[in-house]
Order: sequence, then structure tokens, then C-alpha cells
Amino acid sequence: MQNLILGAAAGEGLNTGDILYQLVAFLILLVLLRKYAWGPLMGIMKERQSHINSEIDAAEKSRQEAKSYLETQVEELKKAKEEAKAIIDNAKKQGEAQGEAIIKASRDEAERVKEAALAEIASEKEKAVATLRQEVAALSVKIASKVIAKELDESSQEKLINEYLQEVGESR
Amino acid sequence: MEHGAHFEKFMGLTFNMSNVLMITVSSVIVFLIAVLATRTLSMRPGGMQNFLEWVVDFVKGIINSTMDWHTGGRFLALGLTLIMYIFVANMLGLPFAVVVDHNLWWKSPTADPTITLTLAVMVVALSHYYGVRMKGFKEYGAEFFKPMKFLFPLKIIEEFANTLTLGLRLYGNIFAGEMLLGLLVGLTKMGIFAGVLGIFPLIVWQGFSVFVGAIQAFIFTMLTMVYLAHKVSHDH
Repeated sequence: MQNLILGAAAGEGLNTGDILYQLVAFLILLVLLRKYAWGPLMGIMKERQSHINSEIDAAEKSRQEAKSYLETQVEELKKAKEEAKAIIDNAKKQGEAQGEAIIKASRDEAERVKEAALAEIASEKEKAVATLRQEVAALSVKIASKVIAKELDESSQEKLINEYLQEVGESR
Repeated sequence: MEHGAHFEKFMGLTFNMSNVLMITVSSVIVFLIAVLATRTLSMRPGGMQNFLEWVVDFVKGIINSTMDWHTGGRFLALGLTLIMYIFVANMLGLPFAVVVDHNLWWKSPTADPTITLTLAVMVVALSHYYGVRMKGFKEYGAEFFKPMKFLFPLKIIEEFANTLTLGLRLYGNIFAGEMLLGLLVGLTKMGIFAGVLGIFPLIVWQGFSVFVGAIQAFIFTMLTMVYLAHKVSHDH
């Protein structure tokens, strides 16, 4: 049992070969693993880390972009709404003005037509009065000439009646 | 329970052929695990790659808990190789032992103090090497006289004590585990009654040995990093 506590050499002295072998084996293992296992593994871990980092950055960037895009969209929408409102207001105003103008024009037209009609009525009346006057004169002359017959000639009689009629017209 | 070992002399060096065999087996197993797990690397890890990345993160955690990553990053490969080699070495002796002509052939290489002390001396030597290399000889030397000058002898003793405890702790745990396993196996061979009775503590002790083996691999790596940090870091 004694030999197992320190040395485990079973009376063969210190087994220096084991020491050397263990050292060399461990160092070879270390070098081999560093080259064939830890190196590639660390590489892929680093790669993944940078990949995740860049992905997070990209996500952040696109989020910012989306945010600014949304803001511009909202702005645009607001502008469009305002524009639409302005257009509608404009159209309303224009429509009102146009309607007013149409009403005014028709009112003027009506006035004009009425005036023309009045003027025509007046002139027709004049004409009718003149015609009537002539008729009355001729009729009077005929009646008078029938009544007075022979003594009076037609022209002086007509003149006389005209004078009378004038007097009657003026005194009326 | 006493087993001998087969020795060979070669170029004036004494080789315990059992140790040579088991060191080789452990190294090959670790190499195969690590290399096979990293043959098909992908950005989305699965299976073995996932496991190995967990080990990497675990060792990174050990290093980060003792020193900052800027100085400690270079020891990652060392820590990974150490923890995996010691863990595999600890596990090898658990399932069975092979005895040929009263010579014990199959066992944990870490159940031999020569092996564990070799690893411990290597670690402490590395810590001194990196201490000189990273801080310069002057600052490295000044470290022995801090915090007070008269503590210098204690500091020297501390280095040897560190080496001894680091190696013997691992050896003691694994050797004791295998020793008790051997005793329990011997108990089961003593008769049908003892066999039935002995199988339960055997199972329990094997489970516990797996636990102890894992813990010891972790402790060895942790202390390695602590000693390294002690030598290479400026702030303490």
C-alpha cells in the first residue's frame, strides 16, 4: 500500500517515463485540439456572434426606417386630407359664386325681357291710339258729311273736327 | 486488492505501461470527441456541436470569474483541453478495471499521483511562464514580496503547496473512488448474499464517482485559472 501513496512505483523508483509521456501527450493533445477542434469551433461561435450582432443592427435599422416611413406616410396622408378639403371648399365656393352669377344673369334677363315687353306694349298702344284716332276722324267725317251733307266740304270739316278732337284730347 | 503494474525501461526512463496505455486512450477519446463534434460546424448548432459549445461557454465562465477576458482569453484552449482530458480520464476507470497477470492495466490515469502531479507541475510552471511573459521579470519578482517582505518564504512555500494540493487532490479523489469500487466488487464476489447486498452500494458509489470525477475536472480547471490569474493579473 505504501507504494500507492506517493510514486506508485512499486519499488521501481520514480517512473520518469510516465511524467514525460503524460507531458508530451497532453501538449500534443493541446496543439491538435487547438488546431482541429477549438479553432474552428471558436471561429463559428465568433461568426455566429457577429452574425447575430449584424442581424440586430439590421433589425434596428429597418425598424428605424419603418418608423420614419410611417411618419412620412402619416404626414402625406394629412397633407392629402388637407388638400382634399381645400379642393372641396374651393369647389363649393366656386359653385356658390357660379350659382349666384346664374341667378343674377337670369334676373337681369328677366328684367330686360320685361322692359322690352313694356316698351312694345307702349308702342303698340301708341299705334293703336293713332289708328283709332284716324278711324275716329274718318268716321266722324263720314257721319258729319252724312249729317251736314252738301254745305260743307270734306277737308275744312275734317280740319274743324281735328281741332275739336285736339281740344278734347288736351282737356282730358 | 493489491495489483502490480508492468514496467518497461527505455532510454533510462521508467515507463508504467498501464499509465502509457491509459494516457493514450484518454487522449484519443478526447481528440475523437472534440474533432468529431466539430466536423460539421453550422451556424445553427445541433447535437455534439451544441454540447461542445456549452463546454466552451462553461470554461469561458470559469476564466471570466477569475480574470478579465482580455488576459484570460488565451487560456481558453488550455482550460478546454484540461477539463475534457481530466473528465474523460476520471471516467475511464469507472465502468471496469482490467487485470492481466495481477497487473492492473485498465484504470483511470488520474488515479496515479505521478500523472496528476505532472499536470499540476505543468500548470504551475505555465503560470510562472505567463507571469514573467506578461508582466515582465521585475514585476513578476516583486509579486513575491507583497504585501510584506517577510512573507517571501511563505510565498515560496505557497507555490509548492499549490502544486502538491492541486495534483494530490485529483489523485486522492479518483484513486479513492476506484479503490472503493474495487472493494465493493470484491464484496459481490464473496457469496450470493453479499453479492445481492453489495450491488446497491456499488451502484450508488459508481454514480457518486461520476459526480466526483466531473467535480474534480471542474476544480482542477478552476484552480488552474485561479493560479494563472494570480500570476498574470495586475490588480490585487
